[in-house]
Amino acid sequence: MPNLKDLKNRIESVKSTRKITKAMQMVAAAKLRRAQESAEASRPYAERFNAVMAGLAASVGGSDSAPKLLRGTGSDDVHLLVVMTAERGLCGGFNSNIAKLARQKAEELRLKGKTVKVLTVGKKGRDALKRDLGDLFVGHVDLSEFKRIGYTNAQDIAKDILSRFDGGEFDVATIFYSKFVNVVTQIPTAQQVIPASFEETEGDDSGAVFDYEPSEEAILADLLPKGVATAIFSALLENGASEQGARMSAMDNATRNAGEMIDKLTIQFNRSRQAVITNELIEIISGAEAL
Amino acid sequence: MANTMQFDLVSPERSLASLSVTAVQIPGADGDMTAMPDHAPTITTLRPGLLKVEAPEGASEYLVTGGFAQINGDGLSVLAEKAIPVAEVTRSHLDDLIAEARASHDAAKEGDDQTIVDDAAKLLADMEALGTHMSL
Repeated sequence: MPNLKDLKNRIESVKSTRKITKAMQMVAAAKLRRAQESAEASRPYAERFNAVMAGLAASVGGSDSAPKLLRGTGSDDVHLLVVMTAERGLCGGFNSNIAKLARQKAEELRLKGKTVKVLTVGKKGRDALKRDLGDLFVGHVDLSEFKRIGYTNAQDIAKDILSRFDGGEFDVATIFYSKFVNVVTQIPTAQQVIPASFEETEGDDSGAVFDYEPSEEAILADLLPKGVATAIFSALLENGASEQGARMSAMDNATRNAGEMIDKLTIQFNRSRQAVITNELIEIISGAEAL
Repeated sequence: MANTMQFDLVSPERSLASLSVTAVQIPGADGDMTAMPDHAPTITTLRPGLLKVEAPEGASEYLVTGGFAQINGDGLSVLAEKAIPVAEVTRSHLDDLIAEARASHDAAKEGDDQTIVDDAAKLLADMEALGTHMSL
């Protein structure tokens, strides 16, 4: 039986663990609210942007003069996987779920005989994929210095990807991130950004015939790179909200487990304490009887 | 009211304005244009410049860079990569923008694509003109 002192130390240590996880949960809750707000604030832009792009893409898309970003390079031999994860751990399955999806996709593509390249955003994804896909890494973006993800971060990543695309380093780019549904549900998602694909609009603008200034092609060529940045920006924000949500529920679980453990240890502690007292009494009584 | 239209100004990070307006002057890529209610549906890209909004409640101005404007039957949406209310624009904002434009101009000069150099030079000129215009 563990002695009383050990048990007491154990209880103290679990208690301080619980304090930490509780604090982390509350911090995550506060950050989650902010992350959700910025994700929501970015939504109108992304929606309108996609609506306009879908219209443009539909009218120009078929022709040969369509920009490469829309049409693709004509082959799909080299795939770039952009894996976006968090910079920090302790957020449940958040990072590993994204990494798992990316790993599956990479495996699938390799079986088909395609070349796979991996660009990681966020330290945790890099660590998780290093063992299996380490030799495929072509770059890494570190966002740990930025407290708040801004559009400029997304622009920088997009610029990096686009310059690689212009350099002919890959044919298809897919981003991996986690879509925020609610605090307990985040869905790891793969979204293809190059060549761009836009969801069909819900018929709101379909009736209007637009004048384009300058030409449709010029607008499309100007906007497609921005589309990549916009897609990455919304992915980053979704990811931010998902990370905090995942961390919040992970820490909530941890806090509850610590509580249960403390209860169990306290019972054990009290039992041993009683046993010790009983033992002492028996010793005293049997000593007195022997006299 | 018949002589107003819905106007929305959104940047990737937030939505800056959403109100009924009588006219909006847009710094289009091919020149300034003013959109008023019942304007023909148009999509134009923006060059860096000033967006002048006239609403029944009063006029306001925004500094916008990059993006596009979409005019349809219901109103006007401007999607700008960067949009700052003019009252909040300081010299340092502008200096940043000019520095950025100059950097891309210099980078373009390294390459041999003349159109990119021209574009960058135009952007730089636009930025500097903006500063003079706003007397900063």
